[in-house]
Order: sequence, then structure tokens, then C-alpha cells
Amino acid sequence: MIQTFFNFDIIVASWPIVMAGLLNTVLLSLIVVPLGLFGGLLLALLASIRHPLVRWPLMAWVDFFRAFPPLVLLILLFAGLPFAGLDLGGFACVAIAFFLNTGAYYGEIFRAGIESIPTGQVEAARSTGLNRLQALGYIVLPQAVRNVMPDLLSNTLEVVKLTSLGSVVAVPELLYQARQAQSLTYNPTPIVVAAIIYFLMLWPLVRLLSRLENRALAGRR
Amino acid sequence: MATPSIVDARAIHKHFGALHVLKGVDLKVAERELVFVIGPSGSGKSTLLRCLNRLEEPSSGSIVVDGIDMLDPRTDINHARQRIGMVFQSFNLYPHMTALGNVTLALRKVAGKSRAEADRLGRAALERVGLADRSEHTPGQLSGGQQQRVAIARSIALEPRVMLFDEPTSALDPELVGSVLEVMRSLRMSGMTMIVVSHEMGFARNAADRVVFMDDGLIVEQGAPAEIFEHPAHDRTRAFIGQIQRH
Amino acid sequence: MSTWDRFVDTFFNGKVMAKYLPDILSGMVVTIELAVLIVITGLGAGLALALIRSLAIRPLNWLIIFIVDLFRALPPLVIIVLIYFGLPYADLSFSGFVSTWLSLALVLMAFSEEIFWAGITSVHKGQWEASRSTGLSFGQTLMNVVLPQALRLTIPPLTNRTIAITKGTALGTVVAVTEILGEASSAMSNSYNPSPLMMGAAAYLVLFLPVVVLARRLERKFAWKR
Repeated sequence: MIQTFFNFDIIVASWPIVMAGLLNTVLLSLIVVPLGLFGGLLLALLASIRHPLVRWPLMAWVDFFRAFPPLVLLILLFAGLPFAGLDLGGFACVAIAFFLNTGAYYGEIFRAGIESIPTGQVEAARSTGLNRLQALGYIVLPQAVRNVMPDLLSNTLEVVKLTSLGSVVAVPELLYQARQAQSLTYNPTPIVVAAIIYFLMLWPLVRLLSRLENRALAGRR
Repeated sequence: MATPSIVDARAIHKHFGALHVLKGVDLKVAERELVFVIGPSGSGKSTLLRCLNRLEEPSSGSIVVDGIDMLDPRTDINHARQRIGMVFQSFNLYPHMTALGNVTLALRKVAGKSRAEADRLGRAALERVGLADRSEHTPGQLSGGQQQRVAIARSIALEPRVMLFDEPTSALDPELVGSVLEVMRSLRMSGMTMIVVSHEMGFARNAADRVVFMDDGLIVEQGAPAEIFEHPAHDRTRAFIGQIQRH
Repeated sequence: MSTWDRFVDTFFNGKVMAKYLPDILSGMVVTIELAVLIVITGLGAGLALALIRSLAIRPLNWLIIFIVDLFRALPPLVIIVLIYFGLPYADLSFSGFVSTWLSLALVLMAFSEEIFWAGITSVHKGQWEASRSTGLSFGQTLMNVVLPQALRLTIPPLTNRTIAITKGTALGTVVAVTEILGEASSAMSNSYNPSPLMMGAAAYLVLFLPVVVLARRLERKFAWKR
């Protein structure tokens, strides 16, 4: 069993391939997480304009991406757009899909955070002469982000896990590289190794989240 | 005491880790007696009460209630607890049920009554605490005093032999305290055996048969209310009563 | 032909769409089957684990926490690939459908256990004491007093998570499940036209958009009191 699923020779042989994948997963995460955060912040700031003409389309936008599987979005960009003469390549497609999909999720979180801040905070800030944007930037956002930190972290965990979708459009991230190594060696060890790497990489975050979430729920009673 | 005791607790010790909360407490309560337990916070009075129905597990000692050995592992504790009503400081009503639902749950699940029979008994219990017209309200729609009376109804519906009150009025606004004390007084009239942990000294003075003063995990002294309040034998008792009455 | 006509002819080609509509519809049926199975087994197993955890048996709880952490940390696609491409080496072969079902059910189990557990522990200790003091047993208290309150509390986070994980049925296409995306992709390569993909995208919206809207309303209804 260990010979099959955790073969030492194969670990050694596939190590460079898998490590290259890990590096790309980390790089990909470092690109798509800020991208998603940026998209989300944009959405939340737009949502703070409480005009129905802004609010409803935004809500529809967010619900659209909550209902739409990210893989379908990715395939649509990767395999659909070339028919319109737009061949972006796997990496750009992943970046755009994540910007849209995870941006919508981050946006919901930021919006909830901003709405959790009592209006008295803005009124106090405005009464001291700060303009709307300053009140938002200096007073509301810092408190909002702290209030929704567990949700932000939890979504970030999901985003990092989602980078594994890149394997479907040939982005050489961890899962893709592991599968390459698997088909080269006719042995599942590389996938097992990849799974262990994912687990070791993300376990600390999962532990932290589990604590934060329990505390948050307990505090609400 | 000549009458046989319905509660007989002997040499109760309770440790919470390194903390020695009860240091050998003996408490006997006769049938129809109202015993009032007073003492500073942290003196162990609530813990003693919670040991009597084994919400807290005593570290050692013996407890017999209405002839049942509460600490015997063979005792069906859930059955025994039906005979010992308990009223909590924070009411602890079930927020997802109506007042009647709160009162009838144990009647149906523990006493095995049919829903119709449980409803009848439940309504009678609510009637006794003056809340017959609130049976379909949820706890959120009731005032604190009304919630506590529902909690009392929840206990008396099971026709307990003893009732334990753990600071039943401490969480109430002052104007709501009276209605709860009124219900407790009428319970006393009906002959219910009661053990009350509370700071309501006025109530203790005119309703209690006996006042027990606890401090630092021990019963310091006990006696008739007039005796304890007017002529306490111990300095600690005198200091405590002086403090309470200054409020 | 204008640009617009060309665009419509490429992405919303009537002939192609008519031809592959049955495929997309059968893909929808598979997606629905998968989703229903995942939700029932995932939430059921999650609730069961949370209930076992409330018994407070130390070694068992460590095991539960580890399993939950494991399936929260692993990307669902990695689990699917492990089961579908890895297990056959141990002479254990599952179809793509079963691999996808198992993987996503395990993930939903992990997330929902965490949420159910948080709900159970957030019910005030006094509720346990009041119920036990009237003679209800541990199990009766859990079922009649604690769970009803806990479940109400868990509805908003649970619906969100369930939708997010159920959408993952699209991952099944990687292991040849003939759900919507799988059908749409193969129709696209057969017809050299992206219209089936557009239909597939629409099919997902038809299935999941009502659920998302419903979840939003539920969320508001059961929102935590602040």
C-alpha cells in the first residue's frame, strides 16, 4: 500500500515537478487574492451609494456570481472567448474569472462589514469636518474589516483552494503538475503528495478560522 | 427536628479543580419548611443548591431527597429530578417554545403524559402563577417577571416534592420582583417545601421558617429569621447582614 | 452579415442549440441528482458528527476535528482527483459520479459539522440546566431544547456554504461525469460552436439563481440579532 501511494523513489523523482507546481500555486494565490479583494472593495463601495439604481444591479451582479460555478465561468472564458477571436490563455482566464467570482464573494463580506458600523460613526466623523470618503476610509472601513475578519479569511481559504481549478485550463499549478507527474510515473504518489502539501499549507488557517468562528458565534448570544 | 426531613444532605464537599467550594456542608430540610440560604457571593450557596439535584456533581458526601439516594449510580436521576423543581436566576425559558410549550415539555417527555393531558396540567400550572392568559406567548413577548413565573410553572407542573430557587429575583427590575415573590408566597401557603438562595431579606423575614448563613463553603450559623437578623452569633454574619441592609 | 449577427450566429446559434438541448437537459438531471445526494448525505453526516461530538468523548472528538480540518483544507477538485485517479491503484474504482458525490459530500460534511457544532455550543448553558432539572435526559435535552435553537442559528451560514459546495458539481466534468458542464463541453467540441456552452451556463443559472435568491431571504429572516 505504501509502495503504491507513498512511494519514496517516486516522491524523489517527481519532487521538482511538484515543487514547481507549489511555487505557481503560491504565486497564483498572491495574484488572485488581492485581485478579488480589490474587486470586492469596489463592489462594496459602490453598494454604499444607497441609490436603488446602483443597489439593484449590484445585488443582481453578486447573486449571479454566487449562482454561477467558477469552473463554468473559467471554461466560458477559456473555451468560449476564442470563438469571438479572443484567446487569452489559461492564466489570464483564471485571473479574470477569479476577479469576477471571488470579487462578488468578497464584496458581500465587505458590504456586511460596512453595514455593521452604526451610522453614528459616520455622523461623528462628518461633524468633525471629514468628507464622505475620509469618513469611509478612516472610520468605517477599519472597523468594518475588523468585524468581518473571520469571513474574509474564510473566503481567502476558499480562493486559495480554488486555484486548483487552474489545472483544468493547463495552468501549471500544484494539482496540474501532480497529475502530470502521475501520468509520467503511472503512480498516484504525486497526487497524494500534492494533497499533503495543500493540507499542511492550509491547516494553520483552518485551525485559526475554527477558533475565530466559534468565538464569533458565542459572542452573538 | 422531630419531623422527618425530606432533604438530607451530609458532609457535602465540592472541588472545582484547586478550588474548594463546599467544605463539608450538612443541610436537613423538613417537609413544608421554607429554608432561606444567604451569604456573600462565592460562599458556595448556589453550588450547594445545584448539588441537591446533581446539576453539580458533589466531590463527596451523601444526599437523600424524599427517600431517594441522589448519589447512588443506580438512581434514575432524570426521574428523581422531576421531584425537585428548580428556578434559575436567568429564568432559562426555552426561547423557541410558547409559555405552554415550556411548561409541558417535561410532562410529555419525562412524565409520559399525552399532549392533551399535559396541556391541561400546563394550563393549570400557568393559572397558579397568574399567567393563564399568556400561555401562547413566547418568552420574548413576556416581561422578566412573567418569564420567571412561567419558569416556576414549568417546575410546579411536575408536582415536585421540593423546590429550589437560585436567586430567582436577582435578574429582575425592582418593580417586577413583587409579582414573583407573590407567587412564591402562595406556593409556601400551599405547603411546598422550598429552599431559596436570595438577597430578598424582607421576604426572608416574613416568609422563611429558617435562615441559613453560609460563608467560605461552610454553614456558619442558622436559626429563625428574627434570631439571625436581630441577634447573629457570629461576626461574619453580623457584617454580612449589616452590608445587605445598608443597601 | 453584421458583427452583431455574426456574434449571435456564433454564441446563440439556433440550429446548434436545438440540436443539443436534449443533452443539456439530461445534464441538468444529472446535476440535480448529484446536488440532492450531496446535500442530503453531506448535511446528514455533518449533523451526525456534531451530535457525536457533543457526547464529549475525547479521542473521538480529536478524530472528528482532524477529519473536519482535513476536508476543509483540501481543495474539492484534489479530493475528486484522488478518489477517481488514485483509488483504482488500490483496486478500488468509483465512477466519476460516485467520486464527485463522495468528495463534495465529505467537504459539505466537514463544513456543516463545524457550523452545527458552533450552533450547539452557542446555546446557553442555562438551557441545558433548566431542561435537565425538569428530568429530561441528555438526549431529550439535545433534541427538544438545544438543537431547535442551534439549527435556527446555523441557517444563514449553512445555506451559503451548501450553495457554494453544491455548485462544485461542475467539477465532475473533470472525471467525465455527464452533468451540465460535461454535456456542454462535449457538445461544443462536436459542433465547433460555443452555443452549447452558453446553454449550459444558462442551465446553471436556472438551477442555482432561485436558490441564491431564496437563501438571501432566509438569511434576512434568520439573521443573528446583534
